[in-house]
Amino acid sequence: MTETTLTHLQRLEAESIHILREVVAEAENPVMLYSVGKDSAVMLHLARKAFYPAPPPFPLLHVDTTWKFQDMYALRDRAAADAGMQLIVHQNPQALEQGINPFDHGPLHTDMWKTEGLKQALDLHGFDMAFGGARRDEEKSRAKERVFSFRSANHRWDPKNQRPELWRLYNARKAKGESVRVFPISNWTELDIWQYIHLEGIQIVPLYFAAPRPTVTRDGMLLMVDDDRFPLRPGEVPEMRSIRFRTLGCYPLTGAVESTASTLPQVIQEMLLTTTSERQGRAIDHDQAASMEKKKQDGYF
Amino acid sequence: MTNQTYRTDSLIAEDIDAYLQAHQHKTMLRFITCGSVDDGKSTLIGRLLYDSKMIFEDQLASLEADSKKLGTQGGNIDFALLVDGLAAEREQGITIDVAYRFFATEKRKFIVADTPGHEQYTRNMVTGASTADLAVILIDARKGVLTQTRRHSYLVHLLGIRHVVLAVNKMDLVGYDQAVFDAIVADYRQFADSIGINAFTAIPISGLAGDNITTTSPQTPWYQGPSLLAHLEQVPLNSTAAQTAPFRMAVQWVNRPNLDFRGFSGLVASGTLRPGDAVRVLPSGKTSHVARIVALGGDKPTAVAGESITLTLTDEIDCSRGQVIVAAQSPLEVADQFETTIVWMDDTEMVPGRAYWLKIGAQTVSATVQAPKYEINVNTQEHLATKTLDLNAIGVANITTDRDIPFAPYGENSDLGGFILIDKITNRTVAAGMIHFALRRAQNIHWQATEISRQDHAAMKNQKPCVLWLTGLSGSGKSTIANVLERKLARMNRHTFLLDGDNVRHGLNKDLGFTEADRVENIRRVGEVAKLMTDAGLIVITAFISPFRSEREMVREMMQPGEFLEIFVDTPLEHAEARDVKGLYAKARAGVLKNFTGIDSPYEAPEQPEIRIDTTQTTPDEAADMIIARLIP
Repeated sequence: MTETTLTHLQRLEAESIHILREVVAEAENPVMLYSVGKDSAVMLHLARKAFYPAPPPFPLLHVDTTWKFQDMYALRDRAAADAGMQLIVHQNPQALEQGINPFDHGPLHTDMWKTEGLKQALDLHGFDMAFGGARRDEEKSRAKERVFSFRSANHRWDPKNQRPELWRLYNARKAKGESVRVFPISNWTELDIWQYIHLEGIQIVPLYFAAPRPTVTRDGMLLMVDDDRFPLRPGEVPEMRSIRFRTLGCYPLTGAVESTASTLPQVIQEMLLTTTSERQGRAIDHDQAASMEKKKQDGYF
Repeated sequence: MTNQTYRTDSLIAEDIDAYLQAHQHKTMLRFITCGSVDDGKSTLIGRLLYDSKMIFEDQLASLEADSKKLGTQGGNIDFALLVDGLAAEREQGITIDVAYRFFATEKRKFIVADTPGHEQYTRNMVTGASTADLAVILIDARKGVLTQTRRHSYLVHLLGIRHVVLAVNKMDLVGYDQAVFDAIVADYRQFADSIGINAFTAIPISGLAGDNITTTSPQTPWYQGPSLLAHLEQVPLNSTAAQTAPFRMAVQWVNRPNLDFRGFSGLVASGTLRPGDAVRVLPSGKTSHVARIVALGGDKPTAVAGESITLTLTDEIDCSRGQVIVAAQSPLEVADQFETTIVWMDDTEMVPGRAYWLKIGAQTVSATVQAPKYEINVNTQEHLATKTLDLNAIGVANITTDRDIPFAPYGENSDLGGFILIDKITNRTVAAGMIHFALRRAQNIHWQATEISRQDHAAMKNQKPCVLWLTGLSGSGKSTIANVLERKLARMNRHTFLLDGDNVRHGLNKDLGFTEADRVENIRRVGEVAKLMTDAGLIVITAFISPFRSEREMVREMMQPGEFLEIFVDTPLEHAEARDVKGLYAKARAGVLKNFTGIDSPYEAPEQPEIRIDTTQTTPDEAADMIIARLIP
């Protein structure tokens, strides 16, 4: 008999699919957090594989800040339709009413739109388990995060009260009101994600590929002027540069890199030869030391 | 030593397609590093990450700044800071039980389970080791084999890790002396033999100086073996053995998008599967053949151990989550009693006799753990007598499940022999366990079907049997209410029986005391008796303090749905103590009577009783009428 040695991507895929199925079997009302980024794209693709020929038996939830790139909104609607899944878009009504934006409100923008918005959406629909696309290699505080992360009835993460995870056995039991955030791609690295996208031909937002785009340089970050809500400072004139993004969020908070990598292999090539970490492009992590840790305790994904 | 690179940057730059092609065929190895902070574990992992370029310039900049501020290496880069937790985390006293780190070389992707060790070591290490293919056991060359080396090795062996690397670290501090290395290896071999580790690979290293980490070091010309990384890249994976074993797959989810399709999804625990293979579903024993292995993008011709798949069968047979599909010609054993090793992981100690949820494969069943046969001292491997298991204790105990489960001994297959125990009230994962074998008595005792059914018994008495379970503090009035209740029911020609707490302890349960474990067993026996009586068609009234929620729930689950009514006789402690009919509270307060409920032993009030009787507002007569109104509307 000839032996088939599973590749690292096959093993990662099998583990993620196992986690996705385990949640669907044990949850009352699961949902998948969908942020339209490359990690979400991989997670959605894995879900389609896990439940084929059925469509994934849960909706997608996009916690929208109204400040995402236009390209992201376009792909979001198409990806949900292709997967045959319901797409729920939630925008925090208070943030909408108060006109919270990343230019005037700093950290409050993330807190109101994302952290509060997410809690609202989960409560509104009564979701008891939510998939998220976080990876352990993203930064130090995530390295010790469980695959099944428990949240109290008010969504708080208590790092002292997490359950040990052994073998492939996940304890999904919880009391009424408690919920679980589940991270099926915990053990994937950035390189694994890119390789898998390449191998499986997964659709991602075009912003990951270099193209000439209008930009300004501000506070050491290269920002893209994605729409006319971008308030230019005196003397600032958008300049066309060949840029791409390594990570996607709200466009005023996401730094671009100058690049000519316009194909997937070129992007991977650049990623492998690069010398700065992925999250460096996100203003959100620079807020304060151990900022992810703090946000997580407050209920951010 | 210069920063060695694990990847050919030239290939990345010149021919990215060729690079990607090569890297899509990488394999994956998961390993655990065992050792305390002093052994240089963090330094070693930090170095592996650094040398594999998993550290970027921005991280390196903060590492350099931290090294100057906090480091122990005199201004040089302190690799340990890369993997040690955040400062804030240490200050907050947050337990980092297991952290996972990632790096890759040309040949493999690695996942390292890093378990910062201190008092929680056993629990953390067992968790990290449960998914590891290999263990690196670190020894400080200046100290040799220590108690903790033995503990780490024992746990590695217990979890069934097949590949062991003995990394003798800090060789730079002993002048790269071969005699030191050889003596440590000989010492360790003797110990390894004694606990059953048959083979290990010893490598002299220096995590700090980088000797024999990525390349063999000129400092140790006497060492002929591979560098640590070369060894990690070469170690054979266990895939051949797993794929040649008989097919086994626990069904995780039944995929039923429409009436024409019924697929069974799961992760293949062992073996290889092809369409046409004969399979059997356990525990039902029904057989069929594999029709298709269904996948997005087209059916697959084969599936092997480690893959998550969906298969369909040629026949419409019953099969649901938790059942196990196996090769028809080599079925698994099915049993409901097992000898197991248990690692206790919760602050609250194990309660023998209490029912916990047991999760194995895709199945969750109710299970009780018997008192341990012995506890194992992890440092010396001695067997110690014990009545329970505390946090981080490891023991051997028998387990009984409430139904038959298909299993394999843990040593054969961790997916089919490893389990966790979950507390039914707190939902915490309280223990991890490994099945040794099924107890023969489970296999030889079969349920005897009787001809006169419980329905027949009930019909003859013209009543619906049930259990009226009165719970409350000592002196709350349970027995008084129970007596009035039974008298009233008797007058209504109902066939009843009253099981009283004190009376049962004169006979059936006279061997039991008042410790938590004995109280659990007391209630279990009463529950079994009450169940037999309902089978006989009786209305059973019980009057027991029954202080723990878990046991009341256990009895509820023994009964037919709707036949268990929990009646909370709610009397404030001050009232019960003031009445003190039997003078027991006075004795308990004086310290003469130990483990007295309400005084030095807890009473867990029912959260959702069927009936609550407030004895400050209700007479025993009214209470009995309330219960009868519920029973006979």
